[in-house]
Amino acid sequence: MKREKHIMDRRVILAGVAAAALIGLGGGQSQADDLQQIMQKGTLTVGVKADYPPFGFRQANGDIVGIEPDMARDLAKRLGVKIALVPVVASNRIQFLQQGRIDVMIATMNYTAERAKQVQFVPPNYYASGYNVMIPKAMKATSWDALKGKTVCAIQGSFYNRGASEKYGLQLSAFAGVAEALTALKQGRCVGFLYDDTAIEGQLLKSEWSSYDMPLPSQDAEPWGISVKKGEDKLAAKVHDAIVDWNKTGFILKLETKYGIKHHSDFVVKAHDAAKKG
Amino acid sequence: MNGFASFFQHLAASGIDLPYLYDSFDAARFWHGLLLTIELSVVTIAASTLIGIIGAWMQASRVAVARGIANVYVEMFRNTPPLVQIYFFYFGMSTLLPTVQNAYGQHLPLLGGFAWAALSLSLYAGSFSVEIFRSGIEAIPNATSEAAESLGFTRIKAYQHIILPLAIRICLPALTNNLVNLIKTTTLAYAIAVPELLYVSGQIWSDRGNVPEMMVTLLVIYLVLVGILVAFMRGLERALKKPGLGT
Repeated sequence: MKREKHIMDRRVILAGVAAAALIGLGGGQSQADDLQQIMQKGTLTVGVKADYPPFGFRQANGDIVGIEPDMARDLAKRLGVKIALVPVVASNRIQFLQQGRIDVMIATMNYTAERAKQVQFVPPNYYASGYNVMIPKAMKATSWDALKGKTVCAIQGSFYNRGASEKYGLQLSAFAGVAEALTALKQGRCVGFLYDDTAIEGQLLKSEWSSYDMPLPSQDAEPWGISVKKGEDKLAAKVHDAIVDWNKTGFILKLETKYGIKHHSDFVVKAHDAAKKG
Repeated sequence: MNGFASFFQHLAASGIDLPYLYDSFDAARFWHGLLLTIELSVVTIAASTLIGIIGAWMQASRVAVARGIANVYVEMFRNTPPLVQIYFFYFGMSTLLPTVQNAYGQHLPLLGGFAWAALSLSLYAGSFSVEIFRSGIEAIPNATSEAAESLGFTRIKAYQHIILPLAIRICLPALTNNLVNLIKTTTLAYAIAVPELLYVSGQIWSDRGNVPEMMVTLLVIYLVLVGILVAFMRGLERALKKPGLGT
């Protein structure tokens, strides 16, 4: 029994070595990294959102525009290549990157430890979003304490619902969807709407909410990261240089203004200030 | 923390998470949710039964308009989904009512979520109760109302003192069915953010991911609530039993 097992083990090891050698050979022949391929093709392919104004959306003529597509265009300019934008959604964006259909992803993706196992996040994170509340301008609230005991509409199942009601004493009225919650707000069933700050910015762009604002600081902000395929260190280095330079020049703040965001992200403002100091 | 709560905290660590038994925040909203479910059930059971009694009277009325109103009401509320009715009342109907303006320039509706849920569920279950009471009334032989009339009862007095008491005994089993359904339908109030039992359970399981535990909790609580109602209705049936009627 024992001897048989030894023989078996040796066979397995031999087979493994042979397989490893084959893979090594095959891989060695086309060992061009993504950065080299991009320079050869002359095109940088970036995955962006096309349904998330103002971060990435389609114009009437079909072009994808927004803060993140503009960042992608700037990135391509730095590399001296053309840009190709590919619309992605949350459920497929990581697969697009892993399968090589896009070289870089700038698609409102939160940095999480779990995702960092699947893709290579490029430090530093470029943006951050948290939860915030959309309230009438006439309320003139200056701190979250102004909302204590007030009824605020929300979305059922949002992870920050409990935190907001525990920390600031909001009385939440949670609905199944955004449309119901906004209708309830419009009908005066609540004084505000608790939601992701970036999505509230999108709502505030609409004229129907012109008497509403998002004056309070966002809470529990989670950072967003640009990502490349695992192991693409050279490409990551280029992207890293670009983000550092954006922070120095305030490029993302300018894009926020360009696309109508009324409240600069605290996260970006701090990054810009830190970069200016050196 | 007392021993009771710490026991359930240990239980949570071992995989069965019942936060409404050890976490004060979850406990407060959960028990308030249960209370609201009971309130909503009691209010709608009373209101829908009253609607049923009045509606069945109107259906048998000599006045054509009263009959028409009762029939249109039954068809409208029995033949449309209760969730659609709740949405219609809460979001659609309330905009037609007068509002009061608050300090921030918002127009506040007069009725809140609970009131609309209670109204809409009462009307929904009431439409079934009308038909249930009609079935009871029509089971009473014409000879009975003729006998009452010959004894000098007016139509409404005969309905109140003779026909309805007999009819209720006949239609109690069907009425129990309807009221059981009504208690279960109160869960639809979650759609307009009335923090009843299903709503608070949903909040708790989205915070903690303990969906199976909360589902089991919900099933057990509704079994108990409906069980109490059924036991009460059985008792009522026994107490009202008249020898010779319906046998």
